Amino acid sequence: MHETDMTKALIMTVRDWFEDQPIAPNIEAIHLIVGQFTCVEPASLEFAFTAQTQNTFLAGVRLMIQETPLIAFCHRCEVEYAPQMGLQYACPTCHAPMEEIRSGRELKIDRIEYSHHEEEAIASRSSSE
Amino acid sequence: MHQTFDAALELNLLHANQAGADHNRDHFDRWGIHCLNLMSSPGAGKTELLERTLATLNAELKMAVIEGDMTTELDADRLRQYDVPVIAINTGRACHLDSKMVAGGLHQLSHHYDPTTFDLVFVENVGNLVCPAEFEVGEHAKVALLSVTEGEDKPLKYPLMFQEADCLLVTKMDLAPYLDLDLEMLVANVRQMNSHAAIIPVSAKTGEGLDLWFDWVRSQVQGMVSSPLLTH
Repeated sequence: MHETDMTKALIMTVRDWFEDQPIAPNIEAIHLIVGQFTCVEPASLEFAFTAQTQNTFLAGVRLMIQETPLIAFCHRCEVEYAPQMGLQYACPTCHAPMEEIRSGRELKIDRIEYSHHEEEAIASRSSSE
Repeated sequence: MHQTFDAALELNLLHANQAGADHNRDHFDRWGIHCLNLMSSPGAGKTELLERTLATLNAELKMAVIEGDMTTELDADRLRQYDVPVIAINTGRACHLDSKMVAGGLHQLSHHYDPTTFDLVFVENVGNLVCPAEFEVGEHAKVALLSVTEGEDKPLKYPLMFQEADCLLVTKMDLAPYLDLDLEMLVANVRQMNSHAAIIPVSAKTGEGLDLWFDWVRSQVQGMVSSPLLTH
């Protein structure tokens, strides 16, 4: 259910960016990075995004979610390992607790893919000539 | 020609909540208040534990509670009998408290009382093992509760909550004789992802382990770093 809140935060952040642009861009896609070791379910996020952006400036925009796996680093063995979610988090070799997480905690708005509306693109091109 | 561009944002999705949490923590620090965030699934015994804690520590610490409850003031009413300010936040349908809701609670507290007179604020989060772990509210430490009836496998299934905890209370120990709980396995499961948390088995009913919990709370308020308690 918190995916609804996160989607609200996402829309607000993108709106801030949108309003800061000198020429209103045509947003085509929003790219997120969501780690496996977070409390976010990508499918719920996609559902919330579609529902909450209906009839807004983000209607029809693609939400692209890249999931990153959980990767931990064992300081004793000095090696990275992939814990098995739900089963095994400690280092498989020396059984030291999972301390340093190198991947999997990301909850990030990575980038926005956009274009300019045709007539504005032409206008900005001719004014720069 | 259709030309697309990329704007790199690289912003945390929760940056607004994080900024709010940092803001709350600044207030706590300025007022000299230590804040503990209590989290567990529904029915693990957060309110019962708080009742015992307020009753015992009231004589030595000035405390307040910010109480997250989805729709009622039932829990808040239970706590008010201890003569401690209880700010109830009805979270509506939200499954966790966020930093903005807690800021609202702090605002109320500072409106009715002089916040600099308080030593300790407990935030009782909404009962849920998943979401509250992701939303910091400005606490100095996180306390997770897991009741013996929930089973020793829960830390493996809800790892984030147990990885983030600074203290884990294994509650309802009075029921342990009636269950097949493997406490050693439970501790081992927590230790897979958390080497630092104090793990304290308690029973609010019989009082078992509560002295260790109170000592942990006292050490937190005094700003002492507590070493992990060994259990069994």
